[in-house]
Amino acid sequence: MMKKHIAAPITRDVARTLRAGEYIYLTGTIYTARDAAHKRMEAALSGNEELPVDLRGQVIYYMGPSPAREGRPIGSAGPTTASRMDRYTPRLLDMGLGAMIGKGKRSREVLDAIVRNESVYLAAVGGAGALLSKCIKESEVVAYDDLGTEAIRKLTVVNFPVIVVADCAGNDLYETAIKEYER
Amino acid sequence: MRTIDVGIITDNINEMCIEANHFLSKDMDMAMKDAARDEEALLGRQILEQLQENLKIAADDMIPICQDTGMAVVFIEAGQDVHFTGGSLEEAVNEGVRRGYTEGFLRKSVVSDPIIRENTKDNTPAVIHYNIVPGDKVTVKVAPKGFGSENMSRVFMLKPADGLDGVKNAVLTAVRDAGPNACPPMVVGVGIGGTFEKCALLSKEALTREVGSHSEIPWVSELEEELLQRINCLGIGPGGLGGTTTALAVNVNTYPTHIAGLPVAVNICCHVNRHVIREI
Repeated sequence: MMKKHIAAPITRDVARTLRAGEYIYLTGTIYTARDAAHKRMEAALSGNEELPVDLRGQVIYYMGPSPAREGRPIGSAGPTTASRMDRYTPRLLDMGLGAMIGKGKRSREVLDAIVRNESVYLAAVGGAGALLSKCIKESEVVAYDDLGTEAIRKLTVVNFPVIVVADCAGNDLYETAIKEYER
Repeated sequence: MRTIDVGIITDNINEMCIEANHFLSKDMDMAMKDAARDEEALLGRQILEQLQENLKIAADDMIPICQDTGMAVVFIEAGQDVHFTGGSLEEAVNEGVRRGYTEGFLRKSVVSDPIIRENTKDNTPAVIHYNIVPGDKVTVKVAPKGFGSENMSRVFMLKPADGLDGVKNAVLTAVRDAGPNACPPMVVGVGIGGTFEKCALLSKEALTREVGSHSEIPWVSELEEELLQRINCLGIGPGGLGGTTTALAVNVNTYPTHIAGLPVAVNICCHVNRHVIREI
């Protein structure tokens, strides 16, 4: 299986070339945000306020880590279910959010917004939080500190393994891969 | 009459929360190894190998297997000849969870109110199920439950006329709908019978049964095998990215029910099916 090495943030020119089914190693900067952070960002946008982090061209990782032990940047750090963020996502994509990492199916509205904005949805392996923790070299809370595990964190990742699930050509690996093994 | 200081319950639950979140039970470990060997899809095999590596890192470096270290579900089976002393049993259980989640660097994932949603910051309260049994032993089961899979669980109030086929369809529907969201390969706990809440509890208890064990009731045992085989033909596979390993086991528990009903609960658990059992 072809394995690509990609820099994060992922530029639109690169996102455009990624196709469902590709196995990728990400290296660079990504941001975490999950339910509570999305709710706050949505409230900020609805109140015409600036987001605490400029997410244009950036990668959001749907993840809330376990606490770090001494000497480590972060605890267990696997993906959470992306569909819970679906109602907030099209707006963020239309504002220029670059890419997302999570696990699980996305809504039609999100898949359409991925195509429209030439974005990409990547899956990390759910329940592999210890292994993924090892690919995170730095972690810093950059917004919503009071949300604890749900705060927005800036992460430096090296060779962070993900699989392209939904691409800007409209492919959705969750739909196609299953058919291959359905009996 | 046997006297047990509730401090012993606290100490044990503290350790059990940490153990459950870093080490899979032997039966689950074996099932994961078998799956990594038998999976037909190339990507599926790679994912299962990643999960093998994940389990090794979790144990060697004491990093929780999954960042969702769950809401602590605790089953207390107390002999009726036991007298608990030294304080409230319920508070002792919660103190064990509080210490385990703090000392073990586990994630605090519990909010105090389902709508206001303020984190309790110590993962309490636990969800506690008590059962009074004959004797003077206390069996404690700690099963931290992650919500990726919990959210995909279902209760179906079927009609008696729906029969066994209705039960099978309900389970297959729940698993198909859960798909990649529940972090397959999953363990499927099924409760059949009882009332609305009883069947849900049966399905939760079924998840703590040993993977690979079967019901002693012949039709239930056959149902477990048939459902496992049919679920693994759905194509969902590891990570939901296609393959032949969608479930590691289907455990079905049953209970008598009402002449008018056929309740079926499907409690789905991801591959991090955590449970630690101790007899005190």
